Amino acid sequence: MTDAPMKLTVVGAETPLWRKRMMSVISHGLLIGASILMLYPLLWLLAASFRPENEIFTSASIIPSAWSLDAYFRGWNGLRTSFGVFFTNSFIISIASVIGNVMACSLAAYAFARLEFRGRKIWFALMLMTLMLPYQVTLIPQYVLFRQIGWVDTFLPLIVPKFLAADAFFIFLMVQFFRGIPRELDEAAMMDGAGPWRIYWKIILPLSTPVLATAAIFTFIWTWDDFFGPLIYLNRMSDYTVMLGLRTFTDSTGLSDYGGLFAMSVLSLVPIFVFFLMFQRLLIEGIATTGMKR
Amino acid sequence: MTVQNVATAPQAGVPKTSVWRRIWQQDGPGYLFLLPWFIGFFGLTLGPMISSLYLSFTHFDLLTAPRWAGVDNYVRMFTNDPKFAASMRVTMFFVIFSVPLKLAFALGVAMLLNRGMKGLPLYRALFYLPSLLGASVAIAILWRQIFAGDGLVNKFLSIFGIVGPSWISNPNYSLWTLIVLAIWQFGSPMIIFLAGLRQIPQDMYEAASLDGASKWRQFWKITLPLLTPVVFFNAIIQTIEAFKSFTPAFIISGGTGNPINSTLFYTLYLYQEAFGFFRMGYASALAWVLLALVAVFTAFSFLTSKYWVHYDD
Repeated sequence: MTDAPMKLTVVGAETPLWRKRMMSVISHGLLIGASILMLYPLLWLLAASFRPENEIFTSASIIPSAWSLDAYFRGWNGLRTSFGVFFTNSFIISIASVIGNVMACSLAAYAFARLEFRGRKIWFALMLMTLMLPYQVTLIPQYVLFRQIGWVDTFLPLIVPKFLAADAFFIFLMVQFFRGIPRELDEAAMMDGAGPWRIYWKIILPLSTPVLATAAIFTFIWTWDDFFGPLIYLNRMSDYTVMLGLRTFTDSTGLSDYGGLFAMSVLSLVPIFVFFLMFQRLLIEGIATTGMKR
Repeated sequence: MTVQNVATAPQAGVPKTSVWRRIWQQDGPGYLFLLPWFIGFFGLTLGPMISSLYLSFTHFDLLTAPRWAGVDNYVRMFTNDPKFAASMRVTMFFVIFSVPLKLAFALGVAMLLNRGMKGLPLYRALFYLPSLLGASVAIAILWRQIFAGDGLVNKFLSIFGIVGPSWISNPNYSLWTLIVLAIWQFGSPMIIFLAGLRQIPQDMYEAASLDGASKWRQFWKITLPLLTPVVFFNAIIQTIEAFKSFTPAFIISGGTGNPINSTLFYTLYLYQEAFGFFRMGYASALAWVLLALVAVFTAFSFLTSKYWVHYDD
């Protein structure tokens, strides 16, 4: 992948070598500068969470003068309810959402990508239109509905929609991937008497682990980060997610325990960061491929 | 064995039921696989959409039944609601500045990276990280701190002897801190630009530079035209995202949209009306105006796209 752009510079043979070297140094300089500028706030946050409390507002450096875990202990129990509860809640909601999204979206995507039935094109177009729909348009009736059936103050309004493939983006992502799987495989299986369900289960799903993993990871991260849903549906502190916990922290402490707040902020980013470290290739490819489908 | 049955059943000429069986055999599996999506589509999307359109013509406080109000909500919005006007101004300002700047950064860095730089995967990952983390409440909290009066930005400015204001509590700058936060997350459009740049055939550049076209000219005559489909895609996605943005403004202003409504995003105002004042009818009307705005923007982009988006094939 580095070959192609190299050719370009070879062709411009008039440009002397020293100029190319200089350009390369300048480019790297720019990129390194930009990286530092962009990552500085994150590193500062990390450092602030390990700093002694009195140093947080006096230092702009990213290396604390003394390391301390105090803020983490203070923050963990900084509210009436421990952050352990918030983390558990966030994990329950996120993992249930992952299961729901992967199941429901892959079922729908299989139908759109592989099965022949009347009205398929219309349903597919409608599905794509929901991608553009601002969630505010359905928000209030959904809230009224969930309130009527007694689901407010439970996790259900946050989880059940995922089992109904409400995240059209992932259906779209999977349709694109399923279409790339050779149809001969389906046809061979059909010859052997396999029905749609067996083809879906035994052929399509096993061959689609990259896209299923991408959907799972993005679902986890987006659900983990979700603030609006929990904000309107969860009112009891024992049901709070990490994001609601952080928000309550910023309100209730009245700017007193910044160390604890920063420590919990760092902890809340850890799961996302772990996914980033483990799967960044998959995430980046996922973005690049869907982005190309216009 | 079942396949055999399927093939022979219609020819056997079983009357009446066979029509339904054929329909079932042809369409049944598709609709079965779509069943969860159908329930969601009708129960959570289409149904609520219709219902919210109805509610937008009512006064509804969640406790008593909706009272028909005709076009009152819409009239009030456009004639007698300074907060609506403010939130519209704030949101438009945010969209108009954050989206082009974000895309410009994304494209600039993508082009720099596409020169066959060593360490591309590392740079790409580093620039992508803020996009991945940025939606979090934790980042909004961090931002509030960075741009506070005694925050990180002013620490740096003080090195040069400049005494910076408290950026987030100054209505002249507060919205800009949110725009900077949006630009900071240029990583995901950058990745899409990179993928697009890869698709441009290298021989076009070779031919151009043999003809003596400068790099600057090559950018305007080759790169940008061939990249317009990607620009188009990114612009639409990012604009819709910008319209929907909620969390940063909520956290940075403590849910108020202050100072003096300078960070009162449209979505934040809608939230206040719905869940702060329980004016569900009015909030529904706000939601439909937002939908109309997004729809008009999208339609406009698609209609004008044939004049500036370059599609080969």
